[in-house]
Amino acid sequence: MAVLTSLQEAVADLIQDGAVVALEGFTHLIPFAAGHELIRQRRRKLTLIRMTPDLIYDQMIGMGCASRLVFSWGGNPGVGSLHRFRDAIQTGWPVPLEIEEHSHADMAARYQAGASGLPFAVMRGYVGSDLPKYNKKIQSITCPFTGEVLTATPAINPDVTVIHAQKADRKGNVLIYGIIGVQKEAALAAKKVIVTVEEIVDSLDAPVNACVLPGWVVSCVCHVPGGAHPSYAHGYYKRDNSFCKAWDGISRERETFLAWMNQHILATADFAEYLRSVDADSKVSSHA
Amino acid sequence: MPEPEYSPAEIMTIAAARRLRNGTVCFVGIGLPSAAANLARLTHAPDVVLIYESGTIGAKPDVLPLSIGDGELAETADTVVSVPEIFRYWLQGGRVDVGFLGAAQIDKFGNINTTVIGGTYDAPRTRLPGAGGAPEIATAAKEVAIILKHSKRAFVEELDFVTSSGYFENSNGNSAARVHGRGPTTVISDLGIIASDAATRELVLTAVHPGVTTEQVKAATGWTLRIAPHVDITPAPTAAELAALRDLHARTTAAHGGAASSE
Repeated sequence: MAVLTSLQEAVADLIQDGAVVALEGFTHLIPFAAGHELIRQRRRKLTLIRMTPDLIYDQMIGMGCASRLVFSWGGNPGVGSLHRFRDAIQTGWPVPLEIEEHSHADMAARYQAGASGLPFAVMRGYVGSDLPKYNKKIQSITCPFTGEVLTATPAINPDVTVIHAQKADRKGNVLIYGIIGVQKEAALAAKKVIVTVEEIVDSLDAPVNACVLPGWVVSCVCHVPGGAHPSYAHGYYKRDNSFCKAWDGISRERETFLAWMNQHILATADFAEYLRSVDADSKVSSHA
Repeated sequence: MPEPEYSPAEIMTIAAARRLRNGTVCFVGIGLPSAAANLARLTHAPDVVLIYESGTIGAKPDVLPLSIGDGELAETADTVVSVPEIFRYWLQGGRVDVGFLGAAQIDKFGNINTTVIGGTYDAPRTRLPGAGGAPEIATAAKEVAIILKHSKRAFVEELDFVTSSGYFENSNGNSAARVHGRGPTTVISDLGIIASDAATRELVLTAVHPGVTTEQVKAATGWTLRIAPHVDITPAPTAAELAALRDLHARTTAAHGGAASSE
Protein backbone atom coordinates (compact mmCIF):
# COMPACT_ATOMS: atom_id res chain seq x y z
CA MET A 1 0.00 0.00 0.00
CA ALA A 2 1.29 3.41 -0.93
CA VAL A 3 2.77 5.61 1.77
CA LEU A 4 2.33 9.35 1.50
CA THR A 5 5.76 10.73 2.25
CA SER A 6 8.26 13.40 1.34
CA LEU A 7 10.35 12.94 -1.79
CA GLN A 8 13.52 13.20 0.31
CA GLU A 9 12.40 10.24 2.43
CA ALA A 10 11.19 8.20 -0.53
CA VAL A 11 14.50 8.56 -2.37
CA ALA A 12 16.56 7.95 0.78
CA ASP A 13 14.58 4.86 1.69
CA LEU A 14 14.13 3.20 -1.69
CA ILE A 15 17.03 4.14 -3.98
CA GLN A 16 20.51 3.04 -2.95
CA ASP A 17 23.84 3.51 -4.70
CA GLY A 18 24.16 0.98 -7.50
CA ALA A 19 20.40 0.59 -7.95
CA VAL A 20 18.73 0.01 -11.31
CA VAL A 21 16.33 2.91 -11.69
CA ALA A 22 13.88 3.98 -14.39
CA LEU A 23 12.60 7.56 -14.38
CA GLU A 24 9.95 7.54 -17.10
CA GLY A 25 7.67 10.05 -18.81
CA PHE A 26 7.71 10.37 -22.61
CA THR A 27 8.40 14.10 -23.07
CA HIS A 28 5.45 14.71 -20.70
CA LEU A 29 5.34 14.33 -16.90
CA ILE A 30 9.10 13.84 -16.65
CA PRO A 31 9.95 13.34 -12.96
CA PHE A 32 12.52 16.12 -12.68
CA ALA A 33 11.97 16.64 -8.96
CA ALA A 34 13.02 13.05 -8.26
CA GLY A 35 16.06 13.40 -10.54
CA HIS A 36 17.12 16.50 -8.63
CA GLU A 37 16.67 14.73 -5.31
CA LEU A 38 18.89 11.85 -6.47
CA ILE A 39 21.52 14.47 -7.36
CA ARG A 40 21.15 16.21 -3.97
CA GLN A 41 21.51 12.91 -2.14
CA ARG A 42 24.60 12.22 -4.29
CA ARG A 43 23.60 8.79 -5.48
CA ARG A 44 26.37 7.00 -7.38
CA LYS A 45 26.79 4.08 -9.78
CA LEU A 46 23.13 3.99 -10.73
CA THR A 47 21.96 2.15 -13.80
CA LEU A 48 19.62 4.69 -15.35
CA ILE A 49 16.92 3.42 -17.68
CA ARG A 50 14.84 5.75 -19.80
CA MET A 51 13.63 5.78 -23.40
CA THR A 52 14.51 9.45 -23.87
CA PRO A 53 17.30 10.46 -21.46
CA ASP A 54 16.43 14.14 -22.00
CA LEU A 55 17.58 16.98 -19.73
CA ILE A 56 16.83 14.99 -16.59
CA TYR A 57 19.48 12.35 -17.28
CA ASP A 58 21.83 14.95 -18.77
CA GLN A 59 21.80 16.55 -15.31
CA MET A 60 22.23 13.26 -13.46
CA ILE A 61 24.95 11.98 -15.80
CA GLY A 62 26.83 15.27 -15.58
CA MET A 63 26.70 15.12 -11.78
CA GLY A 64 28.20 11.62 -11.79
CA CYS A 65 25.14 9.69 -10.58
CA ALA A 66 25.23 7.04 -13.31
CA SER A 67 27.66 4.36 -14.37
CA ARG A 68 25.34 2.81 -16.94
CA LEU A 69 22.62 4.14 -19.22
CA VAL A 70 19.92 2.12 -20.97
CA PHE A 71 18.10 4.23 -23.57
CA SER A 72 16.70 4.61 -27.06
CA TRP A 73 16.98 8.33 -27.95
CA GLY A 74 19.28 10.83 -26.28
CA GLY A 75 18.63 14.40 -27.34
CA ASN A 76 17.22 17.70 -26.15
CA PRO A 77 13.87 17.60 -28.01
CA GLY A 78 13.52 20.40 -30.55
CA VAL A 79 16.83 21.92 -29.44
CA GLY A 80 19.72 19.60 -30.21
CA SER A 81 22.30 17.57 -28.37
CA LEU A 82 22.57 16.59 -24.73
CA HIS A 83 26.05 17.88 -23.99
CA ARG A 84 26.65 16.08 -20.68
CA PHE A 85 25.42 12.80 -22.18
CA ARG A 86 27.77 13.30 -25.13
CA ASP A 87 30.70 14.30 -22.94
CA ALA A 88 30.25 11.19 -20.79
CA ILE A 89 30.11 8.88 -23.81
CA GLN A 90 32.86 10.58 -25.79
CA THR A 91 35.33 11.34 -22.96
CA GLY A 92 34.08 9.58 -19.80
CA TRP A 93 33.45 12.83 -17.88
CA PRO A 94 32.83 13.01 -14.98
CA VAL A 95 32.81 9.23 -14.73
CA PRO A 96 32.79 6.56 -17.44
CA LEU A 97 29.32 5.77 -18.69
CA GLU A 98 28.53 2.38 -20.14
CA ILE A 99 25.66 2.52 -22.60
CA GLU A 100 23.07 -0.03 -23.68
CA GLU A 101 21.19 1.24 -26.67
CA HIS A 102 17.86 0.09 -28.08
CA SER A 103 15.03 1.44 -30.23
CA HIS A 104 11.84 2.95 -28.82
CA ALA A 105 9.70 0.03 -29.95
CA ASP A 106 12.13 -2.33 -28.22
CA MET A 107 12.26 -0.40 -24.94
CA ALA A 108 8.46 -0.23 -24.85
CA ALA A 109 8.25 -3.95 -25.49
CA ARG A 110 10.85 -4.68 -22.79
CA TYR A 111 8.86 -2.75 -20.20
CA GLN A 112 5.72 -4.60 -21.27
CA ALA A 113 7.51 -7.92 -20.83
CA GLY A 114 8.71 -6.78 -17.42
CA ALA A 115 5.21 -5.79 -16.38
CA SER A 116 3.88 -9.08 -17.76
CA GLY A 117 6.23 -11.27 -15.76
CA LEU A 118 7.84 -12.60 -18.93
CA PRO A 119 11.61 -13.05 -19.33
CA PHE A 120 11.81 -11.39 -22.73
CA ALA A 121 9.96 -9.35 -25.29
CA VAL A 122 9.37 -10.40 -28.87
CA MET A 123 8.98 -7.96 -31.72
CA ARG A 124 9.73 -7.46 -35.39
CA GLY A 125 12.59 -5.06 -34.98
CA TYR A 126 16.02 -3.84 -36.07
CA VAL A 127 15.70 -5.33 -39.56
CA GLY A 128 18.99 -4.46 -41.25
CA SER A 129 20.15 -2.24 -38.38
CA ASP A 130 23.70 -2.28 -36.97
CA LEU A 131 22.46 -1.96 -33.38
CA PRO A 132 22.33 -5.73 -32.70
CA LYS A 133 26.05 -5.93 -33.58
CA TYR A 134 26.87 -3.66 -30.65
CA ASN A 135 24.21 -4.66 -28.14
CA LYS A 136 24.27 -8.35 -27.31
CA LYS A 137 20.92 -8.06 -25.54
CA ILE A 138 19.29 -7.81 -28.95
CA GLN A 139 18.91 -11.39 -30.10
CA SER A 140 16.71 -13.27 -32.52
CA ILE A 141 14.14 -15.98 -32.02
CA THR A 142 12.33 -18.13 -34.54
CA CYS A 143 8.57 -18.25 -34.38
CA PRO A 144 7.55 -21.89 -33.72
CA PHE A 145 4.41 -21.46 -35.81
CA THR A 146 5.52 -19.55 -38.89
CA GLY A 147 9.30 -19.83 -38.87
CA GLU A 148 9.67 -16.07 -39.02
CA VAL A 149 12.83 -14.80 -37.37
CA LEU A 150 11.91 -12.12 -34.86
CA THR A 151 13.78 -9.99 -32.33
CA ALA A 152 13.97 -11.04 -28.68
CA THR A 153 15.22 -8.70 -25.96
CA PRO A 154 15.23 -9.18 -22.20
CA ALA A 155 12.50 -7.79 -19.98
CA ILE A 156 13.22 -4.66 -17.97
CA ASN A 157 12.58 -5.01 -14.24
CA PRO A 158 13.97 -1.93 -12.47
CA ASP A 159 14.65 -1.95 -8.74
CA VAL A 160 12.69 1.29 -8.64
CA THR A 161 10.57 3.12 -11.21
CA VAL A 162 9.87 6.80 -10.61
CA ILE A 163 7.11 8.68 -12.43
CA HIS A 164 5.31 11.98 -12.08
CA ALA A 165 1.50 12.13 -12.34
CA GLN A 166 -1.30 14.66 -12.07
CA LYS A 167 -3.16 13.38 -9.02
CA ALA A 168 -3.23 10.90 -6.21
CA ASP A 169 -5.90 10.35 -3.62
CA ARG A 170 -5.16 9.80 0.06
CA LYS A 171 -4.95 6.03 -0.44
CA GLY A 172 -2.24 6.53 -3.03
CA ASN A 173 -4.29 5.70 -6.11
CA VAL A 174 -2.67 7.61 -8.97
CA LEU A 175 -4.28 9.19 -12.06
CA ILE A 176 -2.22 9.90 -15.19
CA TYR A 177 -3.64 11.53 -18.30
CA GLY A 178 -2.55 13.15 -21.55
CA ILE A 179 0.43 11.50 -23.18
CA ILE A 180 0.81 8.50 -20.87
CA GLY A 181 3.95 7.14 -22.51
CA VAL A 182 5.30 3.97 -20.97
CA GLN A 183 4.69 4.88 -17.32
CA LYS A 184 2.16 2.16 -16.50
CA GLU A 185 4.41 -0.56 -17.92
CA ALA A 186 7.52 0.88 -16.26
CA ALA A 187 5.74 1.05 -12.91
CA LEU A 188 4.32 -2.47 -13.09
CA ALA A 189 7.72 -3.85 -14.19
CA ALA A 190 9.50 -2.46 -11.12
CA LYS A 191 10.04 -3.89 -7.64
CA LYS A 192 9.25 -0.49 -6.05
CA VAL A 193 7.43 2.54 -7.40
CA ILE A 194 7.73 6.19 -6.41
CA VAL A 195 5.14 8.60 -7.79
CA THR A 196 5.40 12.37 -7.43
CA VAL A 197 2.12 14.20 -8.04
CA GLU A 198 0.85 17.69 -8.74
CA GLU A 199 -1.87 17.39 -6.15
CA ILE A 200 -3.33 15.10 -3.52
CA VAL A 201 -7.11 15.00 -3.70
CA ASP A 202 -9.95 13.45 -1.75
CA SER A 203 -11.29 11.72 -4.86
CA LEU A 204 -9.62 11.09 -8.22
CA ASP A 205 -12.94 11.32 -10.09
CA ALA A 206 -11.26 9.30 -12.82
CA PRO A 207 -13.22 8.37 -15.96
CA VAL A 208 -13.94 4.64 -16.19
CA ASN A 209 -11.12 3.74 -18.59
CA ALA A 210 -8.60 6.23 -17.27
CA CYS A 211 -4.98 5.29 -16.65
CA VAL A 212 -4.99 4.70 -12.90
CA LEU A 213 -2.30 2.97 -10.88
CA PRO A 214 -3.97 1.48 -7.80
CA GLY A 215 -2.32 2.49 -4.53
CA TRP A 216 -1.43 -1.10 -3.78
CA VAL A 217 1.10 -1.24 -6.64
CA VAL A 218 2.72 2.05 -5.57
CA SER A 219 5.35 2.24 -2.81
CA CYS A 220 5.46 5.98 -2.12
CA VAL A 221 3.40 8.96 -3.24
CA CYS A 222 5.06 12.35 -2.82
CA HIS A 223 3.30 15.68 -3.24
CA VAL A 224 5.60 17.81 -5.44
CA PRO A 225 3.71 20.57 -7.29
CA GLY A 226 5.49 21.55 -10.48
CA GLY A 227 7.60 18.40 -10.15
CA ALA A 228 7.83 17.88 -13.90
CA HIS A 229 9.36 21.29 -14.68
CA PRO A 230 10.78 22.04 -17.27
CA SER A 231 8.69 19.31 -18.85
CA TYR A 232 4.93 19.76 -18.53
CA ALA A 233 1.91 18.38 -16.71
CA HIS A 234 -1.16 18.22 -18.93
CA GLY A 235 -3.93 20.28 -17.35
CA TYR A 236 -1.50 22.08 -15.02
CA TYR A 237 1.32 23.86 -16.86
CA LYS A 238 3.04 23.94 -20.21
CA ARG A 239 6.49 22.77 -21.21
CA ASP A 240 9.08 25.43 -20.43
CA ASN A 241 10.57 25.60 -23.92
CA SER A 242 12.74 28.58 -23.07
CA PHE A 243 14.38 26.59 -20.28
CA CYS A 244 15.03 23.68 -22.65
CA LYS A 245 16.71 26.10 -25.07
CA ALA A 246 18.67 27.77 -22.27
CA TRP A 247 19.88 24.35 -21.15
CA ASP A 248 21.85 24.05 -24.38
CA GLY A 249 24.05 26.96 -23.28
CA ILE A 250 24.14 26.06 -19.59
CA SER A 251 25.22 22.50 -20.25
CA ARG A 252 27.62 23.05 -23.15
CA GLU A 253 30.70 23.58 -20.96
CA ARG A 254 31.52 21.63 -17.79
CA GLU A 255 32.18 24.77 -15.75
CA THR A 256 28.89 26.51 -16.53
CA PHE A 257 27.04 23.26 -15.99
CA LEU A 258 28.61 22.67 -12.57
CA ALA A 259 28.04 26.26 -11.49
CA TRP A 260 24.37 26.01 -12.48
CA MET A 261 23.89 22.66 -10.73
CA ASN A 262 25.56 23.93 -7.59
CA GLN A 263 23.45 27.05 -7.49
CA HIS A 264 20.07 25.64 -8.42
CA ILE A 265 20.14 22.00 -7.27
CA LEU A 266 22.79 21.38 -4.63
CA ALA A 267 22.25 24.72 -2.88
CA THR A 268 18.47 24.39 -2.84
CA ALA A 269 16.73 22.32 -0.18
CA ASP A 270 13.93 20.97 -2.31
CA PHE A 271 12.07 21.33 -5.58
CA ALA A 272 9.97 24.28 -4.42
CA GLU A 273 13.16 26.17 -3.66
CA TYR A 274 14.62 25.17 -7.05
CA LEU A 275 11.54 26.55 -8.79
CA ARG A 276 11.95 29.87 -7.00
CA SER A 277 15.64 29.85 -7.77
CA VAL A 278 15.25 29.48 -11.54
CA ASP A 279 12.48 32.08 -11.61
CA ALA A 280 14.67 34.59 -9.86
CA ASP A 281 17.90 33.93 -11.65
CA SER A 282 17.28 33.21 -15.26
CA LYS A 283 13.94 34.65 -16.29
CA VAL A 284 12.86 31.25 -17.56
CA SER A 285 9.21 30.81 -16.92
CA SER A 286 8.69 28.00 -14.51
CA HIS A 287 5.76 26.44 -12.74
CA ALA A 288 2.61 28.31 -13.76
CA MET B 1 1.59 36.99 -61.99
CA PRO B 2 5.25 36.78 -60.94
CA GLU B 3 6.28 33.64 -59.12
CA PRO B 4 6.73 34.17 -55.39
CA GLU B 5 10.22 34.16 -53.89
CA TYR B 6 11.04 31.22 -51.64
CA SER B 7 14.01 29.63 -49.90
CA PRO B 8 15.54 26.17 -50.54
CA ALA B 9 14.25 25.07 -47.15
CA GLU B 10 10.74 26.16 -48.07
CA ILE B 11 10.60 24.29 -51.36
CA MET B 12 12.01 21.20 -49.61
CA THR B 13 9.17 21.25 -47.07
CA ILE B 14 6.56 22.00 -49.72
CA ALA B 15 7.82 19.30 -52.09
CA ALA B 16 7.72 16.82 -49.20
CA ALA B 17 4.21 17.88 -48.19
CA ARG B 18 2.98 17.24 -51.74
CA ARG B 19 3.95 13.57 -51.45
CA LEU B 20 1.22 12.97 -48.85
CA ARG B 21 -2.24 12.27 -50.19
CA ASN B 22 -5.46 13.04 -48.39
CA GLY B 23 -6.35 10.22 -46.02
CA THR B 24 -2.80 8.83 -45.89
CA VAL B 25 -1.85 7.48 -42.47
CA CYS B 26 1.54 9.01 -41.75
CA PHE B 27 3.89 8.18 -38.86
CA VAL B 28 5.71 11.47 -38.38
CA GLY B 29 9.20 12.17 -37.11
CA ILE B 30 9.87 15.45 -35.35
CA GLY B 31 11.39 18.45 -37.15
CA LEU B 32 11.32 18.59 -40.96
CA PRO B 33 8.94 15.62 -41.41
CA SER B 34 6.51 17.14 -38.93
CA ALA B 35 6.58 20.50 -40.72
CA ALA B 36 5.92 18.86 -44.09
CA ALA B 37 3.17 16.58 -42.80
CA ASN B 38 1.36 19.45 -41.11
CA LEU B 39 1.70 21.59 -44.21
CA ALA B 40 0.04 18.82 -46.22
CA ARG B 41 -2.78 18.75 -43.66
CA LEU B 42 -3.21 22.52 -43.87
CA THR B 43 -3.25 22.58 -47.68
CA HIS B 44 -4.24 19.76 -50.03
CA ALA B 45 -4.68 16.89 -47.57
CA PRO B 46 -6.95 17.98 -44.70
CA ASP B 47 -7.69 14.39 -43.73
CA VAL B 48 -4.12 13.10 -43.63
CA VAL B 49 -3.78 11.14 -40.37
CA LEU B 50 -0.72 12.17 -38.38
CA ILE B 51 0.64 9.68 -35.86
CA TYR B 52 3.43 10.71 -33.51
CA GLU B 53 5.38 8.11 -31.53
CA SER B 54 4.26 9.73 -28.27
CA GLY B 55 0.97 7.91 -28.89
CA THR B 56 -1.10 10.66 -30.50
CA ILE B 57 -3.22 9.41 -33.40
CA GLY B 58 -4.84 11.95 -35.72
CA ALA B 59 -3.04 14.94 -34.21
CA LYS B 60 -4.02 18.31 -35.70
CA PRO B 61 -1.67 20.82 -34.06
CA ASP B 62 -2.11 24.51 -34.84
CA VAL B 63 1.61 25.05 -34.30
CA LEU B 64 4.52 22.69 -34.90
CA PRO B 65 5.45 20.69 -31.83
CA LEU B 66 8.89 21.37 -30.39
CA SER B 67 9.02 17.91 -28.87
CA ILE B 68 7.36 14.76 -30.12
CA GLY B 69 5.12 14.78 -27.06
CA ASP B 70 3.91 18.36 -26.85
CA GLY B 71 0.56 18.81 -25.13
CA GLU B 72 -1.06 20.25 -28.24
CA LEU B 73 -0.61 16.92 -30.04
CA ALA B 74 -2.61 15.20 -27.32
CA GLU B 75 -5.26 17.93 -27.17
CA THR B 76 -5.93 17.81 -30.92
CA ALA B 77 -5.63 14.04 -31.45
CA ASP B 78 -8.48 11.67 -32.23
CA THR B 79 -7.09 9.44 -29.51
CA VAL B 80 -3.97 9.14 -27.36
CA VAL B 81 -2.59 5.67 -26.68
CA SER B 82 0.44 4.43 -24.76
CA VAL B 83 3.87 4.19 -26.35
CA PRO B 84 3.86 0.36 -26.34
CA GLU B 85 0.50 0.44 -28.08
CA ILE B 86 1.55 2.93 -30.77
CA PHE B 87 4.54 0.79 -31.75
CA ARG B 88 2.88 -2.59 -31.44
CA TYR B 89 -0.74 -2.25 -32.62
CA TRP B 90 -0.41 0.71 -34.96
CA LEU B 91 3.09 0.55 -36.47
CA GLN B 92 4.05 -3.14 -36.23
CA GLY B 93 0.41 -3.99 -36.83
CA GLY B 94 0.74 -2.62 -40.35
CA ARG B 95 -1.59 0.38 -40.09
CA VAL B 96 0.89 3.03 -41.25
CA ASP B 97 0.95 4.03 -44.94
CA VAL B 98 3.95 6.35 -44.87
CA GLY B 99 6.78 6.65 -42.38
CA PHE B 100 8.21 10.14 -42.63
CA LEU B 101 11.78 10.39 -41.33
CA GLY B 102 14.75 12.70 -41.11
CA ALA B 103 18.38 11.56 -40.85
CA ALA B 104 21.92 12.70 -40.22
CA GLN B 105 23.36 10.51 -42.98
CA ILE B 106 21.85 8.52 -45.82
CA ASP B 107 23.36 6.16 -48.39
CA LYS B 108 22.26 5.30 -51.90
CA PHE B 109 19.99 2.48 -50.73
CA GLY B 110 18.14 4.67 -48.28
CA ASN B 111 19.83 3.25 -45.18
CA ILE B 112 20.07 5.98 -42.55
CA ASN B 113 22.33 6.87 -39.65
CA THR B 114 21.24 8.76 -36.55
CA THR B 115 23.67 7.12 -34.10
CA VAL B 116 27.36 8.07 -34.43
CA ILE B 117 29.60 10.00 -36.84
CA GLY B 118 33.30 9.26 -37.02
CA GLY B 119 35.47 7.20 -34.68
CA THR B 120 33.99 3.91 -33.54
CA TYR B 121 30.69 3.05 -31.90
CA ASP B 122 32.38 2.85 -28.49
CA ALA B 123 34.47 5.97 -29.02
CA PRO B 124 32.60 8.10 -31.53
CA ARG B 125 33.80 11.46 -32.76
CA THR B 126 30.23 12.70 -32.57
CA ARG B 127 27.52 10.99 -30.65
CA LEU B 128 24.04 11.55 -32.16
CA PRO B 129 20.73 10.95 -30.33
CA GLY B 130 20.31 7.37 -31.56
CA ALA B 131 17.51 5.27 -32.97
CA GLY B 132 14.30 6.47 -31.36
CA GLY B 133 11.46 4.98 -33.34
CA ALA B 134 13.25 4.97 -36.69
CA PRO B 135 14.45 1.35 -37.11
CA GLU B 136 10.91 0.03 -36.87
CA ILE B 137 9.25 2.94 -38.70
CA ALA B 138 11.71 2.43 -41.56
CA THR B 139 10.81 -1.23 -41.92
CA ALA B 140 7.17 -1.49 -40.81
CA ALA B 141 5.56 1.42 -42.66
CA LYS B 142 4.18 0.50 -46.08
CA GLU B 143 6.42 3.18 -47.60
CA VAL B 144 9.08 5.52 -46.26
CA ALA B 145 9.84 9.12 -47.22
CA ILE B 146 13.00 10.80 -45.96
CA ILE B 147 13.59 14.52 -45.85
CA LEU B 148 17.00 16.11 -45.32
CA LYS B 149 19.18 18.88 -46.67
CA HIS B 150 21.62 17.96 -49.40
CA SER B 151 25.35 17.89 -48.60
CA LYS B 152 28.24 15.50 -49.12
CA ARG B 153 28.41 15.04 -45.36
CA ALA B 154 24.80 13.85 -45.29
CA PHE B 155 24.55 11.92 -48.58
CA VAL B 156 27.45 9.52 -48.17
CA GLU B 157 28.97 6.55 -50.01
CA GLU B 158 29.20 4.58 -46.77
CA LEU B 159 27.37 5.21 -43.52
CA ASP B 160 29.33 5.36 -40.27
CA PHE B 161 26.51 3.33 -38.70
CA VAL B 162 23.30 1.83 -40.07
CA THR B 163 20.65 2.81 -37.55
CA SER B 164 17.63 2.10 -39.74
CA SER B 165 17.71 0.07 -42.88
CA GLY B 166 16.66 0.91 -46.39
CA TYR B 167 15.01 -1.24 -48.97
CA PHE B 168 17.95 -3.16 -50.29
CA GLU B 169 21.23 -4.52 -48.99
CA ASN B 170 22.73 -1.98 -46.71
CA SER B 171 26.17 -0.54 -47.27
CA ASN B 172 27.76 -3.16 -45.01
CA GLY B 173 26.54 -5.85 -47.38
CA ASN B 174 24.07 -7.08 -44.81
CA SER B 175 21.89 -9.26 -46.98
CA ALA B 176 19.41 -9.76 -44.15
CA ALA B 177 18.23 -6.21 -44.73
CA ARG B 178 14.76 -6.23 -46.10
CA VAL B 179 11.54 -4.48 -45.30
CA HIS B 180 7.94 -5.48 -45.24
CA GLY B 181 6.68 -2.53 -47.23
CA ARG B 182 8.03 -0.69 -50.23
CA GLY B 183 10.85 0.83 -48.22
CA PRO B 184 12.42 4.27 -48.71
CA THR B 185 10.84 5.19 -52.01
CA THR B 186 11.60 8.90 -51.91
CA VAL B 187 14.15 11.31 -50.50
CA ILE B 188 13.24 14.98 -50.62
CA SER B 189 16.08 17.48 -50.22
CA ASP B 190 16.51 21.20 -50.66
CA LEU B 191 17.90 20.55 -54.18
CA GLY B 192 15.55 17.96 -55.58
CA ILE B 193 13.93 14.57 -55.25
CA ILE B 194 15.72 11.25 -55.47
CA ALA B 195 13.66 8.12 -55.73
CA SER B 196 14.28 4.42 -55.44
CA ASP B 197 14.84 2.75 -58.83
CA ALA B 198 12.37 -0.10 -59.29
CA ALA B 199 15.01 -2.52 -60.56
CA THR B 200 18.15 -1.76 -58.57
CA ARG B 201 16.59 0.00 -55.55
CA GLU B 202 19.33 2.59 -55.81
CA LEU B 203 18.23 6.16 -55.21
CA VAL B 204 18.38 8.11 -58.47
CA LEU B 205 17.70 11.77 -59.17
CA THR B 206 14.20 12.15 -60.59
CA ALA B 207 13.50 15.85 -60.07
CA VAL B 208 15.34 19.08 -59.37
CA HIS B 209 13.83 22.14 -57.78
CA PRO B 210 13.51 25.20 -60.05
CA GLY B 211 16.89 26.79 -60.83
CA VAL B 212 18.88 23.77 -59.58
CA THR B 213 21.01 21.80 -62.05
CA THR B 214 21.66 18.08 -62.02
CA GLU B 215 25.37 18.93 -61.72
CA GLN B 216 24.71 20.83 -58.50
CA VAL B 217 22.90 17.85 -57.03
CA LYS B 218 25.68 15.47 -58.09
CA ALA B 219 28.26 17.77 -56.53
CA ALA B 220 26.36 17.77 -53.22
CA THR B 221 26.04 13.96 -53.16
CA GLY B 222 28.80 11.82 -51.70
CA TRP B 223 28.17 8.85 -53.95
CA THR B 224 28.13 8.85 -57.75
CA LEU B 225 24.52 9.87 -58.15
CA ARG B 226 22.65 8.28 -61.02
CA ILE B 227 20.35 10.53 -62.97
CA ALA B 228 16.96 9.31 -64.20
CA PRO B 229 16.48 9.35 -68.00
CA HIS B 230 14.00 12.14 -67.55
CA VAL B 231 14.48 14.63 -64.71
CA ASP B 232 11.41 16.64 -63.78
CA ILE B 233 11.47 20.15 -62.46
CA THR B 234 9.56 20.49 -59.20
CA PRO B 235 6.66 22.89 -59.71
CA ALA B 236 7.47 26.13 -57.89
CA PRO B 237 5.64 26.71 -54.62
CA THR B 238 2.29 28.35 -55.06
CA ALA B 239 1.40 31.51 -53.18
CA ALA B 240 -1.10 29.48 -51.15
CA GLU B 241 1.51 26.86 -50.17
CA LEU B 242 4.01 29.50 -49.16
CA ALA B 243 1.44 31.44 -47.17
CA ALA B 244 0.34 28.32 -45.31
CA LEU B 245 3.94 27.34 -44.52
CA ARG B 246 4.95 30.83 -43.39
CA ASP B 247 1.84 31.22 -41.25
CA LEU B 248 2.57 27.85 -39.66
CA HIS B 249 6.14 28.91 -38.85
CA ALA B 250 5.01 32.31 -37.55
CA ARG B 251 2.43 30.71 -35.25
CA THR B 252 5.03 28.19 -34.11
CA THR B 253 7.65 30.83 -33.37
CA ALA B 254 5.14 32.89 -31.40
CA ALA B 255 3.94 29.86 -29.45
CA HIS B 256 7.39 28.59 -28.55
CA GLY B 257 8.71 31.96 -27.52
CA GLY B 258 10.97 32.41 -30.51
CA ALA B 259 12.09 28.81 -30.69
CA ALA B 260 13.64 27.73 -33.94
CA SER B 261 11.28 24.83 -34.38
CA SER B 262 12.06 23.31 -37.71
CA GLU B 263 12.13 24.35 -41.29
